[in-house]
Amino acid sequence: MWEYTNKVRDLFLHPRNVGEIENPDAVGEVGSIICGDALKLTLKIDKETGKIIDAKFQTFGCASAIASSSALTEMVKGKTLDEALKLSNKDIADFLGGLPEEKMHCSVMGKEALEAAIADFRGETPVQEPGERVVCKCFEVTEEKLRKVIMENHLTTVEQVTNYTKAGGGCGSCIPDIEAILRDIWALKPLPVESKEPRKLTNLQKIALIQDIIERDIRPRLQADNGDIELIDVEGPKVTVALRAMCLGCPMGGITIKGIEEKLRELVSSDIVVETASK
Amino acid sequence: MNGPIYLDNNATTAVAPEVLETMLPYLKELYGNASSMHTFGGQLGPAIRKARDKVAAIIGADPSEIIFTSCGTESDNTAIMSALEINPQKKHVITTRVEHPAIYNFCKHLSRKGFRITFLPVDDAGRLSIDALYRALDDDTAIVSIMYANNETGVIFPIQEIGAALKERGILFHTDAVQAVGKVPLNVHTLPVDMLSLSGHKLHAPKGIGALYVRKGTRFYPYIIGGHQENSRRAGTENVASIMGLAKACELAMASLETEITCLSKLRDRLEKALLANCPDSRVNGDRERRLPNTTNISFEFVEGEAILLRLNEYGICASSGSACTSGSLEPSHVLHAMGVPFTALHGSIRFSLSRYNTDSEIDKVIEVLPGIIKELRSLSPYGRVKTCKE
Repeated sequence: MWEYTNKVRDLFLHPRNVGEIENPDAVGEVGSIICGDALKLTLKIDKETGKIIDAKFQTFGCASAIASSSALTEMVKGKTLDEALKLSNKDIADFLGGLPEEKMHCSVMGKEALEAAIADFRGETPVQEPGERVVCKCFEVTEEKLRKVIMENHLTTVEQVTNYTKAGGGCGSCIPDIEAILRDIWALKPLPVESKEPRKLTNLQKIALIQDIIERDIRPRLQADNGDIELIDVEGPKVTVALRAMCLGCPMGGITIKGIEEKLRELVSSDIVVETASK
Repeated sequence: MNGPIYLDNNATTAVAPEVLETMLPYLKELYGNASSMHTFGGQLGPAIRKARDKVAAIIGADPSEIIFTSCGTESDNTAIMSALEINPQKKHVITTRVEHPAIYNFCKHLSRKGFRITFLPVDDAGRLSIDALYRALDDDTAIVSIMYANNETGVIFPIQEIGAALKERGILFHTDAVQAVGKVPLNVHTLPVDMLSLSGHKLHAPKGIGALYVRKGTRFYPYIIGGHQENSRRAGTENVASIMGLAKACELAMASLETEITCLSKLRDRLEKALLANCPDSRVNGDRERRLPNTTNISFEFVEGEAILLRLNEYGICASSGSACTSGSLEPSHVLHAMGVPFTALHGSIRFSLSRYNTDSEIDKVIEVLPGIIKELRSLSPYGRVKTCKE
């Protein structure tokens, strides 16, 4: 059971500013039902003064998501857009008397909805540009968002990053990427990399090593998701595999192949290319 | 407010007053060690023997086939490890995608240690694909472990049929019957399993006591190594008071099993029917035919489970959810996920699990307040009014 403050409980049980403003001047929508929480924020803005006159929210999510959304609407009313933009997710959490660490992502969602709404009002293009790198594929978290939240909240560990953004909380395959971003931001000493001369493998050793990695590391993980994989052939840098069972036709198949390639590049040889066997 | 309306009995149960009564002398004056060479400790031996008879009786086992453990998880881990120890050349374990973490996460751990694990799929009603089991079997298979009944949905697996097939092939078979013992009749005389786990606190005994049934003639290797207790199959000084409590709980469950099945399924069905009728866009997760009499798992679409639970909590109603936000991780229930429950329904799943202590008026209270809670939470939700096409 989460330990929520009385303020969180109050705003969850009796949320203020629920609903949708008719003919809103700004709309901000973030999250999705797949991820488990989503927020739609609508604002009424006085065009003369640039002040937010009214704010309403609709939230799908847990108690702290509902309370964070309600808190946000209470906080922004009466503020100018520039003042509102200065609010941080920490301000939302503070307004609530604090949130459990694991629930900080709810405050981040509030902040994001506000930014999205104001960008909408100002006619700015959505923050997400095509080609932007999605680090966490399970929760669709981009590198830009990660960097922003890490800096704003002075996060130093992967666990904190997961609490604040959910990134890394799904399959966990992006955890090394999150570690790399953390090291990059805080200029931490990189982990000692085994960068001796790349091992020179005979063709036979290489095949055995690839087979071993697939058997020990990759297959069990796919099988846990009801899929399977078979190594078909190794020709120079080209590794051919066949995906089986649930992996067949799975929309994540491309990501799976990419993940396998990354793994083999890391552990066997940097020039490896993984392909699926053509039918 | 009076006590809670406790509808979370698949998580844990209240200790029966008769059970507590039975235990107290062993926590007070009879504190000896059963292994001691004096009458004071030694007198506990016969008491434990009688307790073993009663625990054996609830599953129709011989007392010599019962090993007392500290919990269901220990029983589960022990069964798998024993199979791997006595078949060191075999590296394959078959289980399901919907097991309790005591098996599921233990198998994931084994897979990281180099064992090959097959997690069998289930269909959208949580039913096991037996053909997939037969296809997965090979000469390398050390053990098959399949739960008797699922803790989240209550769906009962065809253990009889699976056991018979595995017996024919001479493959070791374990079932985690933690949710089934005391809730449905179960007899190892006719049930072809080699090992079976049960847990005290799921049937009104205290937490911290479980048992593992090991069929006579099954090779066994202990998991906890040390003293000679439990016929050298499980070391550690006997938890005498809890063993007595478990025995009393088994006795009570056996005595009232038939009436409880009728009562509980009636209460459960009434709850389920009323909620489905009064909450639009709700659905039962799992096979409603072959199911524990005390369990229902209902998804309320477009609302999130934690929010429902905390609103119910305001009325003193205790239930649980497969939602991500309640699990402490960000991933929703692996059981409902394996069943392919759509995301709109996955996060809004609520499990009600009843016990002999639940009353008609408690069920009335839930039927009275829950539809309003769902309606109100949907009015907060951006999805509440959106009609999406159903999968």
